[in-house]
Amino acid sequence: MAIASQPGHLPARARTSTGARRILVNHLATAAAVGSTIIVVAPLVAIFAYLVYKGASSLNLAFFTQIPKPVGEAGGGMANSIIGSGVLLAIASAIGVPMGIASGIYVAEFGRGTRLSNMVRFTADVLNGVPSIVMGIAIYSLIVLPQKHFSALAGGVALGIMMIPTITRTTEEMLLMVPRSVREAALGLGVPNWRSVLSITLRTASPGVITGCMLAFARVAGETAPLLFTALGNQYWSTSINEPIAALPLQIFVYAISPYEEWHRLAWGAALVLIALIVLSVGLVRYVAGRGVLKGAS
Amino acid sequence: MGVSIEVSGLNAWYGSNHTLRDIQLHIPANHATALIGPSGCGKSTFVRCLNRMHETNPVGRVTGTVKIGQVDIYRDISPVEIRRRVGMVFQRPNPFPTMSIYDNVASGLRLNGYRNRKVLDEVVARSLHQAALWDEVKDELKKKSGASLSGGQQQRLCIARALAVDPEVMLMDEPASALDPVSTSKIEDLIFQLKSQYTIVIVTHNMQQAARVAENTGFFLNGRLVEFDSTHKIFTNPRDKRTEDYITGRFG
Amino acid sequence: MEAPAPTDDPDLPPAAGTLTPELPPPHSAVRSFLLSRGNSAAADRVFSATMLVCALSIFAIVALILFELISRSRLTINRFGIGFFFGSSWNPVTGQFGALPFIYGTLVSSLVGLVIAVPLAVGVAIFLTEMCPKLLRGPLAFLTELLAAIPSVVYGLWAIFVLVPLLRQYVNPALMKWLGWTGLFAGPNYGIGMLAAGVILSIMILPIISSLSREVMSSVPQSQREAVLALGATRWEMIRMGVLRNARIGIVGSIILGLGRALGETMAVTMVIGNRPEIAHSLLAPAYSMASVIANEFTEASDPLYLSALVEIGLALFVITIVVNALARVLVWAVTKGAPLRGT
Repeated sequence: MAIASQPGHLPARARTSTGARRILVNHLATAAAVGSTIIVVAPLVAIFAYLVYKGASSLNLAFFTQIPKPVGEAGGGMANSIIGSGVLLAIASAIGVPMGIASGIYVAEFGRGTRLSNMVRFTADVLNGVPSIVMGIAIYSLIVLPQKHFSALAGGVALGIMMIPTITRTTEEMLLMVPRSVREAALGLGVPNWRSVLSITLRTASPGVITGCMLAFARVAGETAPLLFTALGNQYWSTSINEPIAALPLQIFVYAISPYEEWHRLAWGAALVLIALIVLSVGLVRYVAGRGVLKGAS
Repeated sequence: MGVSIEVSGLNAWYGSNHTLRDIQLHIPANHATALIGPSGCGKSTFVRCLNRMHETNPVGRVTGTVKIGQVDIYRDISPVEIRRRVGMVFQRPNPFPTMSIYDNVASGLRLNGYRNRKVLDEVVARSLHQAALWDEVKDELKKKSGASLSGGQQQRLCIARALAVDPEVMLMDEPASALDPVSTSKIEDLIFQLKSQYTIVIVTHNMQQAARVAENTGFFLNGRLVEFDSTHKIFTNPRDKRTEDYITGRFG
Repeated sequence: MEAPAPTDDPDLPPAAGTLTPELPPPHSAVRSFLLSRGNSAAADRVFSATMLVCALSIFAIVALILFELISRSRLTINRFGIGFFFGSSWNPVTGQFGALPFIYGTLVSSLVGLVIAVPLAVGVAIFLTEMCPKLLRGPLAFLTELLAAIPSVVYGLWAIFVLVPLLRQYVNPALMKWLGWTGLFAGPNYGIGMLAAGVILSIMILPIISSLSREVMSSVPQSQREAVLALGATRWEMIRMGVLRNARIGIVGSIILGLGRALGETMAVTMVIGNRPEIAHSLLAPAYSMASVIANEFTEASDPLYLSALVEIGLALFVITIVVNALARVLVWAVTKGAPLRGT
């Protein structure tokens, strides 16, 4: 959108002294904008590079297959954290994905334009901005206190509830992109509404809906605060979802603030694994969106 | 075989916009009936009242009686059921983008729970033959997606899809207006073949098209049915001056 | 009179009534099957009711959080009342629970974050929308999206081992030397503290403010830009009058959204803020934020009063962020007309 970027484009009045001042201001503004971009981009790239460098040197086979060794001993890995994150995310997805998609279906297909769906949409957006630690407190109060123990279940529920608003919004957005003509074709055949929504509209929008779920998944995979007093963390393998469980982001926190070199090394490795997961998801989302989510729809 | 359609006292609204006024009409069975008129005269709204698609619009409202066969479609039967008996082909082809050709044609049956593979195969073949599309797609039924066909082929696919559920009436809302002349003439031939088995109502902007395919024609203007008669009479000796003005191109 | 009879053109499909022998007549089994299917009204009702219930769950979540937070903080609400938020001493051992240091810590660290982030973010947004060559735009936008997705704890990890030493060795001494007269940069130089928290916050909220501002600026119609240019304006003047003026409200909204995010940011702040519940003039002093005290002390809270105090802080945080986020959404909504926001 840079229309006036040709160097020759100078307004006629620029030949006056006030005009010269305006040109100077213009150049300063350009410099400031470019400058801010450099100030922002360069360090951010540096952060990335540092993370990759520090993390890569920590990753080895043991990282993915062993649990942490006792303090003072070298070696060990974060296998329990990786599996633990997997368990938590599975529980979270089982809660968040169906509820989120269903809410999105309601707002897009049934409540379109109604006050209720506007309120749902607004509330979902606002919920997305609530600090995740608050969610942790709520689930602690709801599940951990009555059960009198920390558990993977509590952690999974906290993460799952966090996924719902995000998935609701992305599902709605994707469903609204399905053209009216496709829905009319289904209705015109005498297909019941519920069947039309599920088998035609949702199916047509499914690439976009799935990437929306992936985005929510990636976001929740890196959350630490809600797990602090629900899943709690675990130095060993967990054997049931009613026990505390380790998770990658949780252990990064614990190890980072500890005084042990060995644990710092593990933290960097875990950070790299997390980053890799997120870059993969974001990249995949962009790829699918770029190919045309609704390829073939008229 | 097709059935006749009896419309009396039909009024339709879009919100506060009174789109159709006191339509009274008898559409004979196994004939093709064309509906002509200038843009915005209500002819599209009219056909959408015949399969209760008008009410899918949140601000759409209908009063009056429409009897298809002996069934009062607004009182005796639900919208979902009537749409299985009255098929519709839309102005722009709208095959289901995620489905193959086979799945598109079979969708009306499958989505209503039909499972018998052998019968589905026969129905798909028959419908594609009827729509004059079989020869062009018979080798790629399950491999090609519905949306990868040309415009004219897509529209014939939509016709096949509508025919597959064996309706009694076929509604066509300007089915060829988005197509090239070759495809248009193919579709007109189709309508010609089909009308002995179904009752066809076709909305068209193209008066020559009406003259070519339909036995009867109705002229709509400003939401009213001005004149309804045999096609020949409408185009050679219309009773109403407004009809004559439209036919001779004085407006619209 | 009938329409003309079909010719014997071999390219036309067979005339009606003479279907090729291998095709069976229209399948009456199909028609009778469909006639038997009924109107599915019951299934439709069940379906829409189920979807409605799931949508209402959004409200249920908010209600749940509120309910749990309020019920678990009853003790301190009743004991201290509104004074809870004005008391400046926090000593769980002696039963003193004043939340002012945390409110101070949260507000000041967020403010520092905004002061650093906003000019840079808006500058980046202007560059990307109005000045950037098309080729660079994609990669740069992708980079910002990526950075918004990095988890807080990873930022914190980097902050502990890279940012804090950097601040301690190079930045803080310089600040103390040149700006010490303001009183803001005094006292022992630990590295960790309010400034470190502010800096890491600024890095974290920058992508949000920037991408939202970009979205808002992109939605300003081209005609606005052209109108200003036609009057003989320089590019900066066009940006100032044609774009920024129209996008003003939305940009303010994105700043407020960034504020909302900064207020609730937990992990990275906890790792570098110093965890000392005291109010100090100097930005170099260790401090404590609302989210941090909860993160650090929740599992240590041995008695019900302690826990209740922490939950009450959480309740305050919840209410503040809801209000700030709602305000931000309304502002951004007004400019982009309710289109869903990406990446937030």
